[in-house]
Amino acid sequence: MSSAKGKGARIVALHLAVIAALFAVQFLLPAYHHGNLARIMVFASFAVGYNLLLGYTGLLSLGHAMFFAAGMYGAGLPLYYFDVGVLQAFGLGLLASFGLALSFGLLALRASGIAFLIVTLMFAQAFFLATLYFNEITLGDQGFVLSEQARTLTLGGVVMSFADPTVKYNAALLLFSCCMLGCLALVRSPIGRVWVAIRENEPRTRMLGYDTYRYKLLALVLSGVICGAAGAGYALLFAYVGSTFASIQYSIFALLWTLLGGVGTVLGPLVGAGLMFYLVDIAGDFTSSYLLVVGVVLLLLILWYPKGLLGSLRARWLPWLP
Amino acid sequence: MDFGPHLFLALLEGTVSAFVLAVTALGLSLVFGVMRVVNVAHGEFYMLGAVLAWWLTTLLAGSPMIGFGVALIVAPLIVGAVAFAADWLILRRIDYQPEATIVATIGMLYIIQQLVLTFYGPDARPVEPPFYFRVSFPWFGYSGYKLIVVGASALLLLGVWLAMARTKFGLYMRATQQNQEMAQAFGVPVRRVYAMVFALGAMLAAAAGVLVVPIQQAHYLMGLDPLLLSFIVVIVGGLGSLRGTVVAAFIIGLSDGVISVFFSPTLAKIIATLFVAMVLVYRPSGLFGQPEEEQ
Amino acid sequence: MTKNKGDKETTATPDAGVSRRTAFKTAGVLAGAAAAGAAGAFTPGAIIKSASAHQGDSANAIRIGLQVHRTGIGAAYGKWYERTTNAAVKLINSHGGIGGRPIELIIEDDRTDPKRGAEVVEKFALQHKVDFVFGTLFSHVVNGSAPRAGELKMPYFVVSEGYHVASGSLNRYTFQPGITDVRSQIKGISSWVLNNLGKNVAMIYPDYAFGYNHRDFFGAAVKANGGTVTASLAIPPTESSYTKFFAKIPSNTDLIYHVMVGPGVLTFVKEMGEHFGANRPELFGFIDSLEAVDMSIPGLDYLEGSHFWEAMPRYAASQNTIGANFYRAKVGVDENGASVDDSKDISTFSHMFGCWETLYAIKQAVEDSGYRDNTAKDKEALIETLENTRWYNEGIEHPQGHKAFNGKLHQCFGSQYISKVTDGKLKLVHTTSVEDGLYEPEADYTKMSL
Repeated sequence: MSSAKGKGARIVALHLAVIAALFAVQFLLPAYHHGNLARIMVFASFAVGYNLLLGYTGLLSLGHAMFFAAGMYGAGLPLYYFDVGVLQAFGLGLLASFGLALSFGLLALRASGIAFLIVTLMFAQAFFLATLYFNEITLGDQGFVLSEQARTLTLGGVVMSFADPTVKYNAALLLFSCCMLGCLALVRSPIGRVWVAIRENEPRTRMLGYDTYRYKLLALVLSGVICGAAGAGYALLFAYVGSTFASIQYSIFALLWTLLGGVGTVLGPLVGAGLMFYLVDIAGDFTSSYLLVVGVVLLLLILWYPKGLLGSLRARWLPWLP
Repeated sequence: MDFGPHLFLALLEGTVSAFVLAVTALGLSLVFGVMRVVNVAHGEFYMLGAVLAWWLTTLLAGSPMIGFGVALIVAPLIVGAVAFAADWLILRRIDYQPEATIVATIGMLYIIQQLVLTFYGPDARPVEPPFYFRVSFPWFGYSGYKLIVVGASALLLLGVWLAMARTKFGLYMRATQQNQEMAQAFGVPVRRVYAMVFALGAMLAAAAGVLVVPIQQAHYLMGLDPLLLSFIVVIVGGLGSLRGTVVAAFIIGLSDGVISVFFSPTLAKIIATLFVAMVLVYRPSGLFGQPEEEQ
Repeated sequence: MTKNKGDKETTATPDAGVSRRTAFKTAGVLAGAAAAGAAGAFTPGAIIKSASAHQGDSANAIRIGLQVHRTGIGAAYGKWYERTTNAAVKLINSHGGIGGRPIELIIEDDRTDPKRGAEVVEKFALQHKVDFVFGTLFSHVVNGSAPRAGELKMPYFVVSEGYHVASGSLNRYTFQPGITDVRSQIKGISSWVLNNLGKNVAMIYPDYAFGYNHRDFFGAAVKANGGTVTASLAIPPTESSYTKFFAKIPSNTDLIYHVMVGPGVLTFVKEMGEHFGANRPELFGFIDSLEAVDMSIPGLDYLEGSHFWEAMPRYAASQNTIGANFYRAKVGVDENGASVDDSKDISTFSHMFGCWETLYAIKQAVEDSGYRDNTAKDKEALIETLENTRWYNEGIEHPQGHKAFNGKLHQCFGSQYISKVTDGKLKLVHTTSVEDGLYEPEADYTKMSL
């Protein structure tokens, strides 16, 4: 019977091993999958942020695309119009999503449960429409392209262009590692335990003396910032900013990736994002009706693994998986 | 156009969209209220109703009225059968767990959309209204069929209300909605009620699709907007309250029309959207909902 | 998250109620449904995709990737893009291919989504290892995909009619040689429209990229021609009913300039008819509103007497040239612009020719530059050849009409057609010259490095 410390070490080791594996595999992968994995890691970061709110705090949102998009526009607009540096742009992206998440949380957390769900949906819709309304600045759904010069970072004499595949991959890996390890640290901390308590039984948690509103706000803001980081990352790595990423389907993607991988597991988002990506990609090779294949596979997966892949894994064999 | 007639027009439009919204959302309200599950494929049932209406009216190309009448009856039945099968095959197996149901209904959404894309195609196709006439007001013209839609929707709403209030099945539904365990203890066949409710919800969505398709066109992606709007209406109205659903549909349908009189279209939509959100922030259980009693 | 009363406790118990047997039973039924759908998927299009993947097993083939909107909001266009491309490839290959090498066509669906578009470009370059990629239409997908093509140094030919290529915001690998851009289209037609139909204009357009181009470029043209914009209505994409917007059009409007696109267009026209009745201003629209739409649908008769811009006249009677008729026959479109297999299946005639002409432009560039392989040297030669191209003659290879090509802008310029709805069909009333559509270039890709 491993001690609590031993178990903790095992958990950290597992997650570090995943990062190490992701680092190592870039030298083995053919070019196509190398590029795919960079994308998957950015989207997995988005899902990690989403999972923080849904999986651990128990708040279901259908509006997280707005945080992703806030990070994307927050980084992309200054870069496009004012040619600020890469790091500054990323910081501005984080700031934008922080601001949005905070103001949204202050307004919306009065509602809970299903009402909260709709409020997130409505705010996200309004945000999407706003990106269209202010199209003189945002260039609307057509969006804009970030040049390669804008996406070049010079650190200590080393010039790194985000168009370069190696830079792209490692930047995506860095982004994902920070988000994932951050999430891991949070969920295993006392804050994380309060979140889980809120998820399981909020009135009782309140009775125990915790200010659940403050904890929920914290979760929402952190979730928003992580999603914003992913959005800023997408803009910097893939050179495109547009309203499409603020639309409802991207909120549904975050939900889908999280649920498929295993809601409430730290690594679930990575599994979910990767699986969906390859499911669609491979199905598309065989048939033009790939959506059908995807739908069927989703159904089969959820029938056998209703808690998602890692969630079911945890339930059956690995109860210590965070 | 002068302000008065403009407002009148907006109110007319708002009324039409309110009624259509009420019928579309009604099905979701039932499913949500009784079964407590989020059916992401609800919009696809609406779309199926519209597409089947096109197919049936094309098959019976002789008289638009007969074709449409048949469509109004047959299309919901077909869609109801599909929904019943989906519940029996899938939702029951995952025990209606909330998150699993979301993924499962997303899967259903993809499947239905792709099947329609494959067999019906990507084009938007029109369906003849059973009657086509133009009502001439002094300041503008208006579609006569839209006014018919209002009447038909009102009848449907009335029918559902009567069924809920007066029939045994309605009693079962209301009992299950209030307290599932208690209802089961009293001998209500809850599993069968769930299946029937899911089918009924889909049928109502399909009926709305059939009614609407002569105004819009049948297109394989047309289900998304009704889905979103239905959700909003159901929540704002209050879970488990049919009256709330109808009232919310009116508030949302009319406000959208009226606000658009004063602002540019996109800005009007933004304002209307935020308005709905703030209603929910200040009244989280909706206008007529009971605060959730269970955990 | 509230728990369902019927929920079993979630912690340690194994997954509730799904035995292997029931799962397999369910899987069986689902697989049946999937098979039914998949059967529909094995349409000629899908078969050609897998067949052509084997066709050029010879290392001699030129591999070309078609990035197409098979699903999503652009699917109606994608269907015809695929059809036209297949016809062109078949024709070119039947005459020996490009420089004696057969074309091997590989098709990928970009779902009319900018994220997927970029992924598809990557797939073409890194997995399928094609020589060229072409075919995407919607502007937001172009903007999402082209940067990746530039990074991968993949010659990328867009069939989009957006202003993005010519604006200089993309990269030196991206070209649009087969279809004119919206700025040029508007410039070409605006004088005729304003001088013949009216100068007090109300504009109705979708609140996204395509719409903004019209708002900006036609708005400028109105002012330049001494007119006024009486109303400028941007309709959000989620709108499905337009009646309340017509009320915003002031009564001193002579002309309604409408470019609504998407599945709601029929509703738009019907509601316009219901609202204005016989007492209506002049109407001018872009055929984008009616692509793939049958003009004989009741409710559209309201458009009788109104005018439309067309890139390529839908009705054969308006363009009775050898090139256009030959092209029509090969693609399988009848004299009304409908599929020869189904007279109700109307094509996207003002867009799909871009695929045909782009393939021929690629062919010409490959043969003139001596391109053999996707080496840096060969690609440079190809790009420089393209940038030195000045003119495409009207004919079988370019059935839409003559085109000038601006190597600095990477964009072609051609004639535009204005048609009037007469007896339910579109009848040509005016053809612009290539010069009518020229504007001051705002970019120079030749100055960028490769």
